[in-house]
Amino acid sequence: MSSILPVAFDGIAYASWLFLISAGLTLIYGVMRILNVAHGSLYALGAYAACSLAGAWLGGGLPAAGSFAMLLLAAVLVGSLVGPLIERGLLQWMYGKDEVVLVLITYAVFLIMEDVIKLVWGVDSLLLPEPYALPGNFQLGGLPYPVYNVLLIALALATGLILAWALYRTRQGKLLLAVIHDREMSMAMGINVSRVYLATFAVGATLAALGGAFTAPTIAVTPGIGVEVIVLAFAVVVIGGLGSLGGAALGALLVGLVRSATVRYWPEAELFSIYAVMAMVLIARPKGLFAAQEARKI
Amino acid sequence: MRPLSSFGLRAALAAFVVLLAVPASQAQQPLKVGIVTFLSGPAAGPFGVPARNAAELTAELLNAGTVPAPYSQKGFGGTPIELVIIDEAGGPQKQVAEYRNLVPRVDIVIGYISSGDCLAIAPVAEEQKKLTVLFDCGTPRIFEDASYKYVFRTGPTGTMDNVSVALYLVERTPNVKSIAGLNQNYAWGQDSWADFENAMKTLKPGIEVKTSQMPKLFAGQFGAEITTLLGSGAEVVHSSMWGGDLEGLVLQGAPRGLFEKHKVVLSAGEPAINRLGTRIPDGTILGARGPFGPFAPDTDLARWLKTTYQDRYHVPPNYASFKMTQAILGVKAAYEKAKGSGNGAPDQDKIIAALENLTFEGPGGPVKMALGKGHQAIMDAAVGTTKVEGGELKIVDVARYSADKVNPPDGVKSEAWIKSGLKK
Repeated sequence: MSSILPVAFDGIAYASWLFLISAGLTLIYGVMRILNVAHGSLYALGAYAACSLAGAWLGGGLPAAGSFAMLLLAAVLVGSLVGPLIERGLLQWMYGKDEVVLVLITYAVFLIMEDVIKLVWGVDSLLLPEPYALPGNFQLGGLPYPVYNVLLIALALATGLILAWALYRTRQGKLLLAVIHDREMSMAMGINVSRVYLATFAVGATLAALGGAFTAPTIAVTPGIGVEVIVLAFAVVVIGGLGSLGGAALGALLVGLVRSATVRYWPEAELFSIYAVMAMVLIARPKGLFAAQEARKI
Repeated sequence: MRPLSSFGLRAALAAFVVLLAVPASQAQQPLKVGIVTFLSGPAAGPFGVPARNAAELTAELLNAGTVPAPYSQKGFGGTPIELVIIDEAGGPQKQVAEYRNLVPRVDIVIGYISSGDCLAIAPVAEEQKKLTVLFDCGTPRIFEDASYKYVFRTGPTGTMDNVSVALYLVERTPNVKSIAGLNQNYAWGQDSWADFENAMKTLKPGIEVKTSQMPKLFAGQFGAEITTLLGSGAEVVHSSMWGGDLEGLVLQGAPRGLFEKHKVVLSAGEPAINRLGTRIPDGTILGARGPFGPFAPDTDLARWLKTTYQDRYHVPPNYASFKMTQAILGVKAAYEKAKGSGNGAPDQDKIIAALENLTFEGPGGPVKMALGKGHQAIMDAAVGTTKVEGGELKIVDVARYSADKVNPPDGVKSEAWIKSGLKK
């Protein structure tokens, strides 16, 4: 029992982080059928922007608790500025092209953004440890855990609930579901699909940046963090079923718990465990756990 | 048109030769040195750019003739050097292609931080017959598993780092009973842990290994690993992590008491000093992959590098900077030895013969090309402990180990040497 609690907590904390970075990816795929590789650099951009904003806030001697607001602001700024810039400036001209072409285009965006980040912030790591250390520790099973991880779990839960509510309980969400179900029919019914795409991409980008911004206090923000994240996020989204929000949540939880248990009991297999989960799920359900049913078009 | 007479032809040829020769004697052709180091990606910040900066600074000051003795002669033997710098990012396959493109453009190649890149480049250097000096990568396998004519390494191997921290640890905590590891899951992390684990088992037979954590390279987040280490009951935690992973470990581990509950050994921790400063908790055992950075001996050469580097880049040079300067100075020493008192440039074979088994002075102290049939350097090792004094991070209780004590004899593989009792 004493070892199950720590494993579960670490697993859930990791799952929350995974969900934050995967939710936007699966949303964009679900609506736009774009496997957005640039999601990784939006995550990195969120982390860098958070370091700059919260760093300036703390550097100005303002109350440390306000740095959390800066993390949020960084995510919103990146999502609402860079997201629409990519969608309006590039992607909107590419709709209707093969999915593989779109992957290559977003990969190009990813590479460009990696260099832009390097130009703006340089290659040295940025550190923002204050928000992580500020809330202190709590004891669980005799071991100290950071309260920050509880905040991260709460943030992921809130994000998931708000997204689910917005999707299934609001008019805009229902319009979006209609576009997911059948883009052409939605257009025929008068839905402004172009606007839905723009909004979806901006929300997806904000979610990526949110993941980055709230990860920044726990890591050293260095060039290349986006690459690591995009691979993991792909694994989670594929396990859950591309385009499914519930799938992303379950996929994140599964990967988080399996990884945490592996680290504890079989550390040599840590790297392998995530992809073992993915392989097993795909053997049983080739389209992932919650793959949306394709509408049959005659 | 009338064909040129034999005399006319000879006169024209002579004039042509004179034309070619004149610019060469008037403006001396610089010696081109290819420099390969990470300019992008996660290794650029901690190693690649500090090494690039050191290369540019050293080349410039060598050409100006302002480097202290025995390197005060301008350039290499009076010939100015010109750097051709390329990015090491992209993995071994890409680096092999980049190397092949670089070879015709330069006279000598100095480079490579990643052990994977070094292992891939060494056989290609042999095939291309180009003098190639590896300056930083740590894997001992390069000269233990193969033999090269054109490849040298002027920095010590990773074996020395882990043997020296194990010696340091056992001297200070002779009753240590258990260890644990947190290392990146690739060649460097695995080899470092194996060397440390074996050295500890040799020095303290019966020592218990509580856990060996091997997170993915660049994972950045180690929540579950830190939990496992905290719950493991191990007295010592060893990590050879570097860059963002190392900084992440300190940022996540320190607030959770990892450094208070365990004696933490960071075998390659030195570059993090400039980034983390006082965030590295007191009592952490730190290595610098040799007598570099804060471990450098108090010599003219070390002071010169520290002062000129700090003045230009506003940070102290770290071990990557030291090792780059060391490689350039090593090649300069060999070049000048090969040139002797002659006027002409020495050919490559002469430089190679001069570099084999050479002992030269680096900014970290004496460097002996003693292993790998005279192609692999050994140096003294230095280990210290962190302590915050007056708001600054200091390295205290520094111990030095002679090169012979922490490196295997030539022809003996590192792993076998450690397991057989670290004997000479």
